[in-house]
Amino acid sequence: MSALTFTLKYKPAQRVDLSPLVCNQLAGLSLADIGVIPLQSGKLKLRVDDLFTIEGSDTQDIVINSSTDNLDFIGKELDGGRISVNGDAGAYLAFGLKAGEIKVSGNVGLYAACEMKKGYLEVSGNAGDFLGAALPGNKMGMKGGTILIKGNVGERVGDHMRRGNILIEGNAGDYCGSRMTAGTIAVMGQTGRYLGYAMRRGTLLLWNQPTLSASFNDCGAHTLAFLPILFASFKSLNSRFADASIAFNRVQRYAGDMSEMGRGEVLVKL
Amino acid sequence: MIINGVSIDATFAEAFPMKATRAIITAQNEKWAMISAQAMTGFATSVIACGCEGAIERVLDPSETPDGRPGVAIMIFAMGGKGLAKQLETRAGQCVLTSPTSALFSGIDGGIRTPLGKNLRYFGDGFQISKQISGKRYWRIPVMDGEFLTEATTGQVDAIGGGNFLVLAESQPQALAACEAAIDEMRKIPNVIMPFPGGVVRSGSKVGSKYKTLGASTNDAFCPTLKGMTKTDLSPEIESVMEIVIDGLTKEDIDKAMRVGIQAVCDLGAKNGIKRISAGNYGGKLGPFHFHLQEIMA
Repeated sequence: MSALTFTLKYKPAQRVDLSPLVCNQLAGLSLADIGVIPLQSGKLKLRVDDLFTIEGSDTQDIVINSSTDNLDFIGKELDGGRISVNGDAGAYLAFGLKAGEIKVSGNVGLYAACEMKKGYLEVSGNAGDFLGAALPGNKMGMKGGTILIKGNVGERVGDHMRRGNILIEGNAGDYCGSRMTAGTIAVMGQTGRYLGYAMRRGTLLLWNQPTLSASFNDCGAHTLAFLPILFASFKSLNSRFADASIAFNRVQRYAGDMSEMGRGEVLVKL
Repeated sequence: MIINGVSIDATFAEAFPMKATRAIITAQNEKWAMISAQAMTGFATSVIACGCEGAIERVLDPSETPDGRPGVAIMIFAMGGKGLAKQLETRAGQCVLTSPTSALFSGIDGGIRTPLGKNLRYFGDGFQISKQISGKRYWRIPVMDGEFLTEATTGQVDAIGGGNFLVLAESQPQALAACEAAIDEMRKIPNVIMPFPGGVVRSGSKVGSKYKTLGASTNDAFCPTLKGMTKTDLSPEIESVMEIVIDGLTKEDIDKAMRVGIQAVCDLGAKNGIKRISAGNYGGKLGPFHFHLQEIMA
């Protein structure tokens, strides 16, 4: 069976909600059935076959070709299977992802992997603000799984994050790990201002010394036994994180945010 | 059956169902991993009075351990799951948590999950940190030498305890030398432990006693000094008997360990004073697992 492939015919004028095009919702449908599925775009409802050329048959392996940055909610609540996006993706990519994997070759917009529960998201380009965060007003961001971003990310990465790993090969914007409850965010590049703002627990693992707020306290230099195990868990990834030569277990440990619970930590490579 | 002049009795060892688990202890070097493992498996020779049977299974190469440090695999056996969990937790808390540079990991991925460091985390007094990595939960507990890293749970599986054989020799030094040779070979077999001191027990027991409070007492039929005053199972030339007890995860594991152990004893042979190999049983009425010596050595 070949992958079920959606090739965008033209860039739509308005943003389009692609949430119906996930493996679990398309299972058992014919190409004709899939073609008539309505997609919300502004005030309009577009048919899938208006917007895409549809080929292939494997609903557990979906490919979206020529994707653009106004295709939102790709892979929303995906519950198994695989989605490959060739091009950019809009906002709310992998929203509430439950299982399976999503890979994007380009850049992604706001709130990628927002409130993600499990599974794997890989973005070859950059990601916007609120990666792995909670929706505004909600208290629980990402709850599990792994996000790998090969480029840079915007502000508020992992806002209200509770569990899982966010791995960033590039730089992270301001408020990285803000209001984090638990989990791990690793940043190979630079980080912005207000790192770990109001974080309660969780780990920010950094390759470069950040500018820390006064509410983070230096706990000294340490060799931590869990780091080799954490790095070993990245071995299967298609990433610089899988390279054994980048792993380390010697870190400077800062605890914070002391203006909050203060059980979080910023670990900086020594 | 006679092998190299050693008579193999037409009898069997009788063993019982137990619950077992394995844990991996690592440390800065093998010396400290071994110290911690020895402490954790100390006073764990027999369920009769220790609550469990435990021993070091083998030394692990750094490439085999979760954190890439030198390690030691230990196994603990108990009569029930609850007893096993209690022993494991108590021993981990007092013997591994306390041991410098140590870390503690699960040694069995399947089975029923039983707490390993799950409750030790409270020692962290709120400063403990949980990390879930590749589906496994770890606890980082701050201690005075840095951090104690422990996996939250380990696997508890059905197992067998009480496989055994007896080495009957013309002298005490010869019996011990034969048992040492057997233990050296048996320690190469995975999934088994020989829980008694050095793997050898010189005080094999029978069920019951003339004293009402005792459930087990000396196996007088195999005590050489009682040859003239009890219903002995020993011929006149036997001066010393020693036993090797084996606990294992499966019957096949114990079969294999008994085979290599008995073979090592027989390799020394009659010329080194080894006369007979026998085994302890209760007439087949108590334990469902029977290890027939002649079948194993066939």
